[in-house]
Amino acid sequence: MPKKRVAIVGTGQTYHKSHRPDVNGQELINEAVKRALQDADLTIKDIDAVVIGNMDHFEGINYVDCWSVDGSGGIMKPVIKLTTGGTTGSTLAIGGYQLVASGFFEKVLIIGWEKNSESDTTGAITTAFDPVWDRLVFAGAISGLAAEAQAYMAKYGATEKDAARVSVRDRKHACNNPHAQLRREITIEDVLASPMLADPIHLLDVCPRTDGACAVIMANEDCAGKITAVPDWIWATANRHKYTYLGDVNWGELDSLAGASREIYAKAGIREPKKEIDVIELYQPYSFAGIIWIEDLGIAERGKGAEYIWSGATDMGGELPINPSGGVIACNPIGATGLIRCAEAALQVMGKAEARQVPDVNFAISTGFGGCMWSDMLLHGKRKPDF
Amino acid sequence: MIDIFADVEPMVFKSGINVPYSWWAGETAERFFLALRDDKKIMGTGCSICEKVFVPPRKVCPLCFQENMAWVEVSSEGVLESFTIVERQLASLPRKAPVIFGLIRLDGADTSILHYIEDADHTDIKIGMRVAAKFSDERSGSMHDIDCFRPVR
Ligand SMILES: [Zn+2]
Repeated sequence: MPKKRVAIVGTGQTYHKSHRPDVNGQELINEAVKRALQDADLTIKDIDAVVIGNMDHFEGINYVDCWSVDGSGGIMKPVIKLTTGGTTGSTLAIGGYQLVASGFFEKVLIIGWEKNSESDTTGAITTAFDPVWDRLVFAGAISGLAAEAQAYMAKYGATEKDAARVSVRDRKHACNNPHAQLRREITIEDVLASPMLADPIHLLDVCPRTDGACAVIMANEDCAGKITAVPDWIWATANRHKYTYLGDVNWGELDSLAGASREIYAKAGIREPKKEIDVIELYQPYSFAGIIWIEDLGIAERGKGAEYIWSGATDMGGELPINPSGGVIACNPIGATGLIRCAEAALQVMGKAEARQVPDVNFAISTGFGGCMWSDMLLHGKRKPDF
Repeated sequence: MIDIFADVEPMVFKSGINVPYSWWAGETAERFFLALRDDKKIMGTGCSICEKVFVPPRKVCPLCFQENMAWVEVSSEGVLESFTIVERQLASLPRKAPVIFGLIRLDGADTSILHYIEDADHTDIKIGMRVAAKFSDERSGSMHDIDCFRPVR
């Protein structure tokens, strides 16, 4: 149980782009930090600790917690770095939450960032896999996702066209988000005609590489309500890791997300997530995940994910909009991506999501996903938690 | 338990992964390197609040956390704040040992830059001595556009 209840009181993001030659890493980080401080009407002096993270090996800078202080404002403050692969951003959010919930820190600044344009993404991601077993055969991120998609399609008869419908949704939503990188609508035909990367994944089924940063300020219950009229209360967080080797994965289902979501629903007393959750910011790095993982979340029955997507229920205006921001398929500064999900969910709860606002959000979910099928999840609420 | 290593060497797997990097300098650092390359000038940025001059230049004052920073030229001469003489040749050392690493606070700057000290008698070198930049003849826009710092005689 937390000692203190915790809320998000401010968020800030860069305008994410494929590359940012005009700024170095610290300067990019600073843009997001400055916006988050402005959003919360705080100054850097108000911040008690900084949590920062990015992907291992992406920029080749190992002590990011120290190196980044010019941009983060962490000079002479406690700073820690967290990095957990794809889930880095959501782990940052969970870590920041725990620092505030512990009672040790009142206001914590949480920063995720990435300059994907500075590295060889595939080479860096390959270092996540076991050097004696998987790494000698396997490279990059897309192939593992393709294996998941293949297994799911074989089991339930889903098609590439079903997946393309998810890309079309997210890219349409991204047009409402000035921070998203890819802000042009695409069609199902565009997706199916785009180059095949790893069967069945086409180019337009997957996320881009992005330079960007996101900052979130969390505060405890003693001051959150003074900082902002509508804080985004963190109701619960959960995290699941499961596998060492790729061959151990239960391909076609995301057990880690299923486990994390059940923990969260139990903590918050949620019985019917489809009815009780108002919006989801899903860390969905490729389109097939938009079908499969909503089944793991208990939103759609097993094998019925595609049907639920085609019904329009997850579009803006539907019963449970997913990724109003355009999600990961429209924008992916990896170390920031999970934290962007969290920030976007916070914006929805706080009523600050502007053109991408879903009406009357009481509960929002944000998630994180990482390489060998692990998951993070946060539940955000408008009401202060009862516990 | 069978001793598998009685007759064979323990196996080792060597990495074949190559992760190339290219770092954007950004507008602020680029302006510094262009002045260095084209005009042999060393530029810093000064904060309007704390009035400190930073070399390398900062876009945002790290102390005041504000962006009102003015470009100022600092001297190519300064004071040696600390140093060490590296005697052992390491693979990662770009120059031939002995190498002197110095921290040089240029006149007009409040922070020091890291560079080589050369043409110095090892017994005479000391903190507080005056040193001056020797610019490289071939300059391409990097810290190597300064070849080294040398004692001012
Ligand atoms: Zn200052």
